[in-house]
Amino acid sequence: MSDLTEFTLAEARDAVATKKVSSKELTQGFVTAIEEARALNAFITETPEIALKMADASDARIAAGTARPLEGLPLGIKDLYCTKGVRTTAGSKILENYVPQYESTVSQNLWDNGAVMLGKLNLDEFAMGSSNETSAYGNCISPWRAKGSTTALVPGGSSGGSSAAVAARLCLGATATDTGGSIRTPAAVTGTTGIKPTYGRCSRWGIVAFASSLDQAGPIAKTVRDTAILLKAMASVDDKDSTSVNLPVPDYEAGIEGGVKGLRIGIPKEYRVEGTDPEIAAVWEKGAEWLKAQGAEIVEVSLPHTKYALPTYYIVAPAEASSNLARYDGVRFGHRAANPKDLIDLYERSRAEGFGAEVRRRILIGTYVLSAGYYDAYYLRAQKLRTLIKRDFEEAYKQCDMLLTPATPSPAFAIGEKIADPVTMYLYDVFTVTVNLAGLPALVVPAGLNTAGLPLGLQLIGKAFDEATLFRAGRALEIAADLKAKPQNWWRA
Amino acid sequence: MSTEAKSKLIQGSTGAWEVVIGLEVHCQVLSKAKLFSGASTEFGADPNSQVSFVDAAMPGMLPVINKFCVEQAVRTGLGLKAQINLTSVFDRKNYFYADLPAGYQISQFKNPIVGEGEVLVDLPGGEVARVGIERLHLEQDAGKSIHDQHPDSSFVDLNRAGIALMEIVSRPDMRSSEEAAAYLKKLRAIVRYLGTCDGNMEEGSMRADVNVSVRKPGDPLNTRCEIKNMNSMRFIVQAIEYEARRQIDVLESGGRIKQETLLFDTKLCETRPMRSKEEAHDYRYFPDPDLLPLSFEQAWVDEIAASLPELPDAKKARFTAMGLSIYDALVLVAEKETADYFEAMLAEGVDAKAAANWLNNEYFGRLNKAGLALSAGPVSAHANSEIIKMVSENIISGKIAKDVLDILWVEGGDPRSIVESRGLKQVTDTSAIEKAVDAVMAANPDKVEAAKAKPTLAGWFVGQVMKATGGKANPATVNALVKARLGIAEEG
Repeated sequence: MSDLTEFTLAEARDAVATKKVSSKELTQGFVTAIEEARALNAFITETPEIALKMADASDARIAAGTARPLEGLPLGIKDLYCTKGVRTTAGSKILENYVPQYESTVSQNLWDNGAVMLGKLNLDEFAMGSSNETSAYGNCISPWRAKGSTTALVPGGSSGGSSAAVAARLCLGATATDTGGSIRTPAAVTGTTGIKPTYGRCSRWGIVAFASSLDQAGPIAKTVRDTAILLKAMASVDDKDSTSVNLPVPDYEAGIEGGVKGLRIGIPKEYRVEGTDPEIAAVWEKGAEWLKAQGAEIVEVSLPHTKYALPTYYIVAPAEASSNLARYDGVRFGHRAANPKDLIDLYERSRAEGFGAEVRRRILIGTYVLSAGYYDAYYLRAQKLRTLIKRDFEEAYKQCDMLLTPATPSPAFAIGEKIADPVTMYLYDVFTVTVNLAGLPALVVPAGLNTAGLPLGLQLIGKAFDEATLFRAGRALEIAADLKAKPQNWWRA
Repeated sequence: MSTEAKSKLIQGSTGAWEVVIGLEVHCQVLSKAKLFSGASTEFGADPNSQVSFVDAAMPGMLPVINKFCVEQAVRTGLGLKAQINLTSVFDRKNYFYADLPAGYQISQFKNPIVGEGEVLVDLPGGEVARVGIERLHLEQDAGKSIHDQHPDSSFVDLNRAGIALMEIVSRPDMRSSEEAAAYLKKLRAIVRYLGTCDGNMEEGSMRADVNVSVRKPGDPLNTRCEIKNMNSMRFIVQAIEYEARRQIDVLESGGRIKQETLLFDTKLCETRPMRSKEEAHDYRYFPDPDLLPLSFEQAWVDEIAASLPELPDAKKARFTAMGLSIYDALVLVAEKETADYFEAMLAEGVDAKAAANWLNNEYFGRLNKAGLALSAGPVSAHANSEIIKMVSENIISGKIAKDVLDILWVEGGDPRSIVESRGLKQVTDTSAIEKAVDAVMAANPDKVEAAKAKPTLAGWFVGQVMKATGGKANPATVNALVKARLGIAEEG
């Protein structure tokens, strides 16, 4: 292969393991690609020196015969994961110069598996956004363009840097996080694959918190197989995260070709939402047909509380965020306002200067819904609804093994199109937030292109800790969709 | 109303008032590590030297419960004869302050680890008052803001941030400042017996918020005020007395009590409201999503219960059953180390009453005078036991016993060797004592005549003989001989 960046992660792994390609060559290829793709603004911090050093170490291990599962494979890390000695911004000005003295468990797991770090990927500020437009470091641009158009499109959010970098072949795979769709939305609009694992599957330790009861780490990659390989390496129980779960991590890759024969796939009728792009509705139907053709049984199911998911999410997530973000106060680290006249002034100005509009909005919403006199009406009711939403899934899973739904109501939109109206933006999460509220795993795979040539994704929602079956079904969709299109290299400098 | 209760009332211009007191006591959990991080809890370390990434609330850090602190809370709950909740929940109490790194304190709001219990409070005169415990919950301490190191900056020391505290909330069951002090003293004794808190108020390991209201006896509860952060028994008593009087004055002059948070000014000896900024918080409590509900098995609680030491009330009962007065028993059980010392003497085979009298009348008096704690005292339980034994074995008299203690106090050593080497042994040789008696009588013929007429005067001769023998004569023998010489019947 002439361009090493065209490799899938699995292909690169095999090429490196069999010494057809050195990690150094592979890594250098990505370092160059990243340099040439700065127009996309996918990286907040590039770490080529670290990457090449890690690649050298990997090559030494391969030579010594002590290679690990991801030896020498270059990855991008969402800039929400704390990386020891490497600036970690969370996409916020308030952490502009923050250099953690510790490494997140998930990224450490990847390094322990031999992976190579290319840099830190762009994201919505504190992962709050669906389009990557709230980043304090400028919006990341999707490598995809509509046919005959040069309009800059969003790469989805919040893990927009992750999806754009994978789609533009700037890394073999990327870490991402998902609080309300932040892995799945970007994957869906960039023709990449992403999984939000079951809550507790990956450790949250060392990942900057947005909403603790919803946040979950996961990978975005080019294929279902690559995604399965990465999740296996990322997942672990962690003594440092009380909410991580002590269950064995299966070899997801080993099972992906298992097919869907005999699986019952539920189609939740409440997901036929008004305003959904007809081309997405069509690809959803096609997806069901593909699975049926491969031996799955399609059943219609009901998730009656779906309509409450968005309002519930936009109470729970901001409530937790308002508390989680209180630590950014200008006292110990992060942005501190100059010459504060007293402690209150220090707080007010440090936070006003450090946080962007969307983060401030969510802190205000969260503070409001938790405050005396409103707590019962908002936070407590949202918690009750969350229980009902979880129960919906439990009921549905009595009739089926997983659900097939759209991932987003529309394909990628133009930068600037929705950012002025937060509610329109929030509605974009309509198909994804329920999964976080229920703590379930969900996989997004590319299922086709619309008439403008933009990717459309489908979402498979599984039972708790049944990621393995999701990968099997995702692989079946991938085979049926047989999508070969890639974004053209218009961005190359 | 009993006379006891009546005596606690405070006289105002419109009649008698009853003061109602409830305490929220913060006890620092005795544990080497903090509640949610592995950092050390040692007191007095260099500023910010015992701070983990979790304590400093670095981005992405998560709390993990320290099981030992949970065990300590359960142990304390059992010591308070309280309901242990097998499932409890940690909540976030949100507020901004420079020494609160996360911007919230992890505490237990709705579902505490320990529910209803009680403390029996010993009052002067042997009366026992029951103070209800509403709850005990676990929470993190904050750091310390230091405002006196720099003209226009404040410093923050996070060593204390994240240390485990037990907040023990009483019912408003106390009716006088003395009762409140006695409750706190008893609570302190219990946690010290349990080894769950060192009770060191000066170092801040025990601090109290005191809720005070006043009412006319029989009336419903009135609005209360809370005096924050008290760490001295003496100041608590003063603060309650000042505050009760203040509230009575307000009410009697037609005013109303505003519910507010107060600080006690120890220099002026008065309470004053905290600035509104310091108290106007909406804490926005909600369950901490970083932590699962805390749950454990009854079997584990039973295990802890089986390992509880004997507590002051049980000890008091056992000591009084040995014949000790309630007063003596209370003195001995008030501190665990005192009780342990006493029990070490019992283990040496000393009579309980003799040991109690000896400690309370002699040894503790000397310690108090010297301002020494028992642990710093120069005489061991073994040595004190030996002294008492020598008295009961008629080797020395009670008078010589005190001398031996004084020698031990200064010089140390073995009591029996001291008695031996300094010739302090009691003279039991009758002929030697007879000689001394005869000598005294020969020198005082007039007194002999008088004593024959009035037998109670015999005591004077006993004293003179004791003096003449340097206190070494056996007093019983002297007594018998004096009486025989005077012709007084023995049992007369």
